[in-house]
Amino acid sequence: MTAMRQPTILMCPPDYYGIEYEINPWMSRARGAVRETAQTQWRMLYETLVGLGVRVELLTPQPGLPDLVFTANAGLVFKNRFISSRFRHEVRARETPHFDAWFDAHGYTVEHLPEGMYFEGAGDALFCGPILFAGYRIRSDAAAHQEVGRMIGKVVLPLELVQGHFYHLDTCFCPLAPGEAIWYPPAFDAYAQRVIRSQIPRLIEVNDHDARRFGCNAVVVGRTVVVNTGCEKLAEDLAQAGYRAVATPLDEFLKAGGSAKCLTLRLDGEEAAVWDS
Amino acid sequence: MTAYPFHEEVLLEGHIIDSLILPKVLDEILMHGGTYELKEIQIGQRQVDPSRARIEVRAPTEQALREILDAIHDHGAVPVVSEDCQWLAADMDGAFPENFYSTTNHRTQVRLQGEWVDVENMEMDCGILVEPERRFATTIPMVRVRRGDRIVIGHRGVRVLAGESGIRKSLFEFMSSPVSSEKPKTVTVREIAHAMRRTREVGQKVLAVLGPAVVHTGGVEHLCWLIRRGLINILFAGNALATHDIEQALFGTSLGVWMDRGLPAEEGHQHHLRAINTIRRVGGIKRAVERGVLRSGIMHDCVTHGIPFVLAGSIRDDGPLPEVITDVLEAQDRMREQIRTGVGFCLMIATALHSIATGNLLPAWVKVACVDINPSTVTKLMDRGSIQTVGVVTDAEPFLRALVHELQMSEAEARV
Repeated sequence: MTAMRQPTILMCPPDYYGIEYEINPWMSRARGAVRETAQTQWRMLYETLVGLGVRVELLTPQPGLPDLVFTANAGLVFKNRFISSRFRHEVRARETPHFDAWFDAHGYTVEHLPEGMYFEGAGDALFCGPILFAGYRIRSDAAAHQEVGRMIGKVVLPLELVQGHFYHLDTCFCPLAPGEAIWYPPAFDAYAQRVIRSQIPRLIEVNDHDARRFGCNAVVVGRTVVVNTGCEKLAEDLAQAGYRAVATPLDEFLKAGGSAKCLTLRLDGEEAAVWDS
Repeated sequence: MTAYPFHEEVLLEGHIIDSLILPKVLDEILMHGGTYELKEIQIGQRQVDPSRARIEVRAPTEQALREILDAIHDHGAVPVVSEDCQWLAADMDGAFPENFYSTTNHRTQVRLQGEWVDVENMEMDCGILVEPERRFATTIPMVRVRRGDRIVIGHRGVRVLAGESGIRKSLFEFMSSPVSSEKPKTVTVREIAHAMRRTREVGQKVLAVLGPAVVHTGGVEHLCWLIRRGLINILFAGNALATHDIEQALFGTSLGVWMDRGLPAEEGHQHHLRAINTIRRVGGIKRAVERGVLRSGIMHDCVTHGIPFVLAGSIRDDGPLPEVITDVLEAQDRMREQIRTGVGFCLMIATALHSIATGNLLPAWVKVACVDINPSTVTKLMDRGSIQTVGVVTDAEPFLRALVHELQMSEAEARV
């Protein structure tokens, strides 16, 4: 967006993080997260971002809410408005009051979608240019995205997600700049693939291996892309496209189906977002 | 395109063109075996403007429709919120309020307190009486309206589940056009025989609507065979059919002509009047059978086999026979009562008047075979809305003989 702003991101320390339930194919209570390792990995991500000039805001962790660390799913930030998520799973719906309270306390207008709709925030809704790309079927509803479009007066293109392992849009699609994105095509149905190809001229395709390392779940700060370790091919492709990939280990969070992007919520608009066209 | 009977309107809003959601929903409908009609489409003027499509989804069964609606709901297609039907209390006896909803003979539903309710006793050219608190709806003839009856007005909250032409195809599989004098009769007759047997197998009744030519042409014996075999379960006719049938039973003539020789009997023209007189003196057809005065024929067999009959009178009737109902409104009501006991098939032979009267009362899903030597009888029937009719242009007796033969053949086959 504007050149002079300081990127701002909301994170939540993993004090109570753990695999306490199973709501996606990555999660297995039999394969729990190692708390100390998770703490270390989260800290490394935090420091990497701060090192890139990011101002990181912190949400107070809450006992009994292990997934509160995944702030990307709190809701959708649009200017000074916060459209709060309506989580599909009750275990995560309990996070909402904490997110709402934080945004309210920080001067945002907190808005809610009508009852009976599911919407999982920036996990499923990402701007690329002036268009909001929105993943649906597994977690969010197509109808909820249309409602969000009405609320913010932006073009919303719902994209059907078809693979359980890539249950949120941000697990298989990452806008880098207006007209440019990383993506993993098999996670989308044929219509959605056509939509992405026709709307985004510069696409970097992630291979199966890097997709399963959650290469698409990256945090973009300027021309730097912060991503889980082990996405070698993606790092090369990013370099070719003029980006710098910074790898940081996040395997403890991959056990819950999350990585760099899931652990962050950009508050001032993603690099690729164009809010005022 | 087949017009499937089950339908629901859905609304799709948003950036449904650029996101390919609209083509995807339409594809999804087709892939699930449904069809659609785009009732309305508004495309946003600027890229940021949302578009909107109102789509009517059609499916061959209720189940298929549900599946389609569930599938497209995932892409954001939501059923158009329907309104309840509107009604007005009748302000007088014997007439509907203005703007009343006029029925067809197709299956119809009205929306009462948010729920689609089947209209009972489906019949064309009636109004719909509703009792919203009981979620009840029925057709009502104009003349039966009583002040205060709640009558549906306008079209809102009323839907017709029409387009059951596919059923005709399965019942009369070989017929491509409904009426022709140049069709192979054997095939047609076989189809009718099959339809009658199937009707009985599923526990429904066969209604026969007969004109006096059944008797004049010598069809009585065939008809009696059908009655005895349980293949005709209700009879509608007029004074003439019953009179000539009884004339034949008492005198051996029909319209004064010897049935065995085909020659006019001396003073034979009086036979039908004498027959009526005899029955009137005894007190009716049923009494005549009980007293042994009437010992054979269609009416006799109806009485002895407990087949209900409705004899509706007309202005040219002699006598008439005591059972003939001379009040046409009462006759219509008695016919309605009988139809509602579970008629599944109707065989109309050699009568334009009673066939059209019956066609007016039958719901569209009761299949009709209309046999007449005059093709215009079938045409008239269909022009008046009984589109479920298949016609056979032939004289009554040859048709009945062929029908009985066909049924006897299949009985014999069944025994083997």
